[in-house]
Amino acid sequence: MTMNATIIEAINDALHEELANDDRTLVFGEDVGQSGGVFRATDGLQEAFGEERVRDTPLSEIAIVGAAVGLATYGYRPVAEIQFSGFLPPAFDQLVTNASRIRWRTRGELTAPMTVRMPYGAGVRALEHHSESLEAAYSHVPGLKVVIPSTPHDAKGLLLSAIRDPDPVLFMEPKHVYRSFREEVPEGTYTEPLGEAAVRREGEDVTVVSWGAMMHKTLEAVDELDGVDCEVIDLRTISPLDRRTVVESVKKTGRCVVVHEAPKTGGFASELVATINDEALLYLEAPVERVTGFDVPVPLLAMEDYYIPHPPRIAAAIEETVDF
Amino acid sequence: MSVLQRDPQDMLRVLDEDGEPVGEVPDLSDDELVTMYREMYLARHFDTRAVSLQRQGRMGTYPPLSGQEGAQIGSAFALDEEDWMFPSYREHGAALHRGLPLKRTLLYWMGHEKGNQIPDHVNMFPVAVPIATQILHATGAAWAKKLQDKNEAVICYFGDGGTSEGDFHEGLNFAGVFDTPNVFFCNNNQWAISVPRERQTASATIAQKAVAYGFEGVQVDGMDPLAVYAATRAAVEKAKNPGEGERRPTLIEAVQYRFGAHTTADDPTVYRDSDEVEQWKKKDPIPRLERFLRDTGRLDDEKVDAIHAEVEDQVATAIKEAEAEPRPEPEEMFNNVFAEMTPEIRAQADEFAELYEKHGDEGFLRE
Repeated sequence: MTMNATIIEAINDALHEELANDDRTLVFGEDVGQSGGVFRATDGLQEAFGEERVRDTPLSEIAIVGAAVGLATYGYRPVAEIQFSGFLPPAFDQLVTNASRIRWRTRGELTAPMTVRMPYGAGVRALEHHSESLEAAYSHVPGLKVVIPSTPHDAKGLLLSAIRDPDPVLFMEPKHVYRSFREEVPEGTYTEPLGEAAVRREGEDVTVVSWGAMMHKTLEAVDELDGVDCEVIDLRTISPLDRRTVVESVKKTGRCVVVHEAPKTGGFASELVATINDEALLYLEAPVERVTGFDVPVPLLAMEDYYIPHPPRIAAAIEETVDF
Repeated sequence: MSVLQRDPQDMLRVLDEDGEPVGEVPDLSDDELVTMYREMYLARHFDTRAVSLQRQGRMGTYPPLSGQEGAQIGSAFALDEEDWMFPSYREHGAALHRGLPLKRTLLYWMGHEKGNQIPDHVNMFPVAVPIATQILHATGAAWAKKLQDKNEAVICYFGDGGTSEGDFHEGLNFAGVFDTPNVFFCNNNQWAISVPRERQTASATIAQKAVAYGFEGVQVDGMDPLAVYAATRAAVEKAKNPGEGERRPTLIEAVQYRFGAHTTADDPTVYRDSDEVEQWKKKDPIPRLERFLRDTGRLDDEKVDAIHAEVEDQVATAIKEAEAEPRPEPEEMFNNVFAEMTPEIRAQADEFAELYEKHGDEGFLRE
């Protein structure tokens, strides 16, 4: 049996599944209970599972994430929501200083199997501090996994894996495509593995790598290009990175374009370029191209669209790489 | 005795819900009282128009203030010219009293960074969208004023939800220790999006939290502009000229209600009863002050009509001006990241300019 679901509905369904499957699962955050979340990701969960398991918290990001560390250490599977990725920085301390290190510093005695979910990214005409994509910064934290789905099917399967994972996972949800399309999603419980990329299109001429909301801009650009046979890879997990899928593809095509929404300098594309340099340099027929956000804060809505890598920029980079 | 010397659980009131004085009416001239009414009506009318612009797609997400005019205008009125204001994101009314042009406020919510540019003669900080971060800035700014031997007070606005952030504790603690000229003004509007005040803190009042920082906390009827004025005025004076043994900072909890949604993206019917909203509407600060001013002969139909007509014109003109503002050139996006544009940002701007010349807005704008 399947259901025709958007990403947000698939996330809601995954939470519903795991609250039912495992008593240790707790969902909490700002406005997740009574109102069902500002994006409705937790709609109906409090009604179904009660206030003890689906709980509105006072307004404090660092307390939400820090308390998750304590709950996870002592027997629970917390799924904390941060309302917008722009509000994670106050809680970053707990992720980088505590959640990600507890296993290492206690030699495996204590662990923090917790998930922090948050909508990220630009493109919904949101307010200041509601549009950031800081995945590269989070990927730089040893001991923290970073997952970014781009489809309803993956959102559900990856979220279930994240909740079950023995280590802390930051689950970044591309809010720009929360409701922009539907697809068939299996009912019931299933998982998609963390740390495995998906090949969305097979091709011979050039490898195009992306994730999250930019996956859809990338596919749009690729579909409009005439005469270029693109292989498109959706990373799905930023950390740990599936280097093998990327490297094998680049060895085949000899060319690569990476597309992300975050600023260019220190962006995750840099890690991919370095990986290709390490493992497939001699296969390259052109420099690896990056299509990214600019090294500026995400502008307010009047200029926001100039910031986002739109299909014309992506297409231009692919053509340049192929014609090199 | 100062109005600040009271039990933080004993709410200060000057006007009752019918506009009848039940406390000492502050010493304000007739003109000042009428101006206070005018600005509260202006804030309300602006708010109504702003919500409607958002609904028509002429503005981005917007946080409405209806119900909170008494707290905003009453407190802003208590500042002296040289004092400073650190708003959250809902103090459009307080900002207009400070002198921020309505056009700037509109531009910000229409998605122009220019809306954050505060004219030199307006002593205020730009809005803070993150919760409670401005409390620390206000403490630092008051510290700066003290170091500079400037006798200036700094008022900082935040909501009931903001008091749960560490920033609230940390900012008030610094202020107490450094004895800085701060007025911490909590707009307790009962709801932090969907979470009610009683689930935000187990404390009976927010005002009483001040005790732990070593300075006064006072709870005031936030829908009574004269009570708000009286408390804020006393706090501003104490910040600048504390008496023997007094600490400069004060925490004011203004108890009030947000009549509308948290923002235009929020639907409050999901989490609160319309009965509750109706109960609070009986405390509406605007008719309350209007009744008092009419009863005391300061306002009549003719004056009220004139004020309303003038305010409506003023808002209509500001909307027209804001909507005439062109979309910034893409080059603007690359300016002001640093004092001097880095070579990398220059290169990115040039690369974008080349593509923009080829594709124009059609290639980039979604609508």
